[in-house]
Amino acid sequence: MVSTIDTVESLRAQFPDAKFRVEPTADMATVVVERGNLVPAMQFLRDEPSLGFGFLVDLSAVDGLKLEDDWPDRFQVVYHLLNMDSGNALRVKVAISESDCTLPSLVGLWRSADWMEREVFDLFGISFEGHPNLKRIMTHHEFVGHALRKDYNIQDGQWLGETESLMDEIGEYGENPADGGFSELIPINIGPAHPATHGTLRFFGKLDGETLVKVAPEIGYLHRGFEKHCETGSWTMVIPYTDRLNYCSAMLNNVGWCHTVEKMIGVEVPERTQYIRVIISELSRIIDHCVCIGAMLVDLGALTNFWYLFNLRERVYQIMEELCGARLTSTYVRIGGVAYDLNPEFIGQVREILKEIPKGVGDVLGLIKKNRIFLDRTIGVGVISKEDAVNYSWTGPCLRATGVDYDVRKAKPYYQYADLDWDVPTRTNGDVHDRALIRFDEIVQSMRIIEQALDRIPGGPVMSDDKRVQLPEKEDVYGSIEGLMNHFVLVYDGIKVPAGEAYHSIEAANGELGFYVVSDGSGRPYRVRCRPPCFTLLSAFSEIVEGSMIADAVPTLGSLNIIAGELDR
Amino acid sequence: MGLENFFANKTGFVATKLDHVINDVVNWGRQNSLWPYPFATACCGIEFMGAVSNTHDISRFGAELVRFSPRQADLLIVAGTITYKMAPILKRIYDQMMEPKWVIAFGVCAASGGFYNNYSVVQGIDRIIPVDVYLPGCPPRPEAFFDALIALQKKIAGEEIEEHYREKRPQLRPDSDTDWDVPAVDPAARGIRRGC
Ligand code: SF4
Repeated sequence: MVSTIDTVESLRAQFPDAKFRVEPTADMATVVVERGNLVPAMQFLRDEPSLGFGFLVDLSAVDGLKLEDDWPDRFQVVYHLLNMDSGNALRVKVAISESDCTLPSLVGLWRSADWMEREVFDLFGISFEGHPNLKRIMTHHEFVGHALRKDYNIQDGQWLGETESLMDEIGEYGENPADGGFSELIPINIGPAHPATHGTLRFFGKLDGETLVKVAPEIGYLHRGFEKHCETGSWTMVIPYTDRLNYCSAMLNNVGWCHTVEKMIGVEVPERTQYIRVIISELSRIIDHCVCIGAMLVDLGALTNFWYLFNLRERVYQIMEELCGARLTSTYVRIGGVAYDLNPEFIGQVREILKEIPKGVGDVLGLIKKNRIFLDRTIGVGVISKEDAVNYSWTGPCLRATGVDYDVRKAKPYYQYADLDWDVPTRTNGDVHDRALIRFDEIVQSMRIIEQALDRIPGGPVMSDDKRVQLPEKEDVYGSIEGLMNHFVLVYDGIKVPAGEAYHSIEAANGELGFYVVSDGSGRPYRVRCRPPCFTLLSAFSEIVEGSMIADAVPTLGSLNIIAGELDR
Repeated sequence: MGLENFFANKTGFVATKLDHVINDVVNWGRQNSLWPYPFATACCGIEFMGAVSNTHDISRFGAELVRFSPRQADLLIVAGTITYKMAPILKRIYDQMMEPKWVIAFGVCAASGGFYNNYSVVQGIDRIIPVDVYLPGCPPRPEAFFDALIALQKKIAGEEIEEHYREKRPQLRPDSDTDWDVPAVDPAARGIRRGC
């Protein structure tokens, strides 16, 4: 383990003239660097073998307009780095003022920084020098102002007159002999209202015959202002919004959010709740993978599998509904616990489902495993190398399909994952075939986890008895003044989170789902940043498909499992 | 269209009687063979898939032939949040559909913006296109969707087939096809609201 002190010492040794300030944060080491040193310092952190922060987890910004204390400059841009081998994490911050909000771009170091910087540019108005294509990504191109700035009113909607042509990105491509001397390229637009893009993505490409030579994706069609909304309500009121991030596995997002807030407050959830969270997380993971595989196979023309897999989903919906009253958007998890205890039939029903899953999944595998069409259309298609996947900040099954065994459940174990017996499946080719089949492997592992958790789940309460998060019992409210006050404060002000910042993540169905949260100590989040796994996956898409046939781009997209709610937030 | 043209110009007793019969037959056909175009953008789209899949089975209502081309569909199901970025596209899809056509706003996001009252989300698709049935729920259950579908079928059963002359429908098409205005929607033209 390299400690914070060592990290800063080596930075200081490398750059003797620069100033590095260490901030006291509980979740990971935080170093504040000056703008002029940003790129060399980051390069050093990435390339120095003793540090090895080779993975850019997240890049976001905070607007300090409403924070009075010790924010000399208005904005802070925040980078989260990770050493994948040791699990060491590091937060790097740069402060910039409103009058001069530019920073050097990190695209040269991490290609995933490309879209992340565009997002910061769009929502905060911070520009990045040296960025190859700095334009809006979430809001539309006619939008005026920057939505996540504290002085932008949340309800100021702006109509769009005309959809962007994207000609500025690739319009000229192919006309210059340096591009490869094509005789005539055909521009083609796919989406957003196109079945292959699942409703909310758009691709504009140039075709040479049937080969895609250049692709420009456009996202943001489902940007619903999640991060801005989080700032308007209490900490608990964020939970329903998280349901709608990755709506194929809503419970996982609930768990991710509550886990982050609990860590910030410092409450420990009861053991029974931890097991409940493990079980519902893994069930959600299974049904999420079912949708991904099913939808991808539909894109290949295999509709039957979709029905087989959707049957399983319906079965899981039924027990989710009995558990919390909703099929899809569950809002079941609470800060400090879960909303209700398991219904008495729950454990039996999950055991039943565990028997049905191998049948449903086996049916699908039987149809595709040796199917010539499936194999021909997926093996060696949409390949990405290990190094590129890491450089693009991929996580989750797509990264593991390239051979990197990074899984948050193993790297930073939370709840009971460290005690349960399960493996992280990996594959090696990083193509569509492996990305599809690794999801089957993960379903098997999730079933193992659920089985063990069902055997071990203890009795006891499901909400923490910590007074900061739990409403007191009714007798206390009516019988004692402390109880009454406690109830009043919790209902009126909401749960209070101590001032500070934290980044915590869980392994969601698509990869690392992280929340970077800044609290000013009040009953509302000051800033919430969600690190969506899909975002980085899709940012690599154009590079993967350029040069391949247009028909191969469709299963490639399907295998990435892009969920727009999480991609655009 | 030809059919409506033919009967629209007839007068007199026989034509009127026949008109009724034809009207009923045509409506019977239309209401039981809706061809949906799922404009599924978000979470509601997943629940729409649930309604289509075998447990709930939309084909019991004759609307299972989901088309992904607006030219081949007559029922636009807007399932999911519509953002300002998406609005011109939804409008264009609606314009491309042939008459007769109907619209279901599936879920509160499509019906009213839902709980996304913010800078990015259109506060109800009726700001852009006319809606026949508003379906609340976040997301609505498949059963609720079937209720909306049946409500729409009943509405179609009561329609005059001439109603679907293009010139008689509210004209929302902009003058030029690139620069579109956001029209004010006549509250009287609002559709059926289910369950609320
Ligand atoms: S109504 Fe609810 S479930 Fe439907 S798209 Fe909107 S947020 Fe998602």
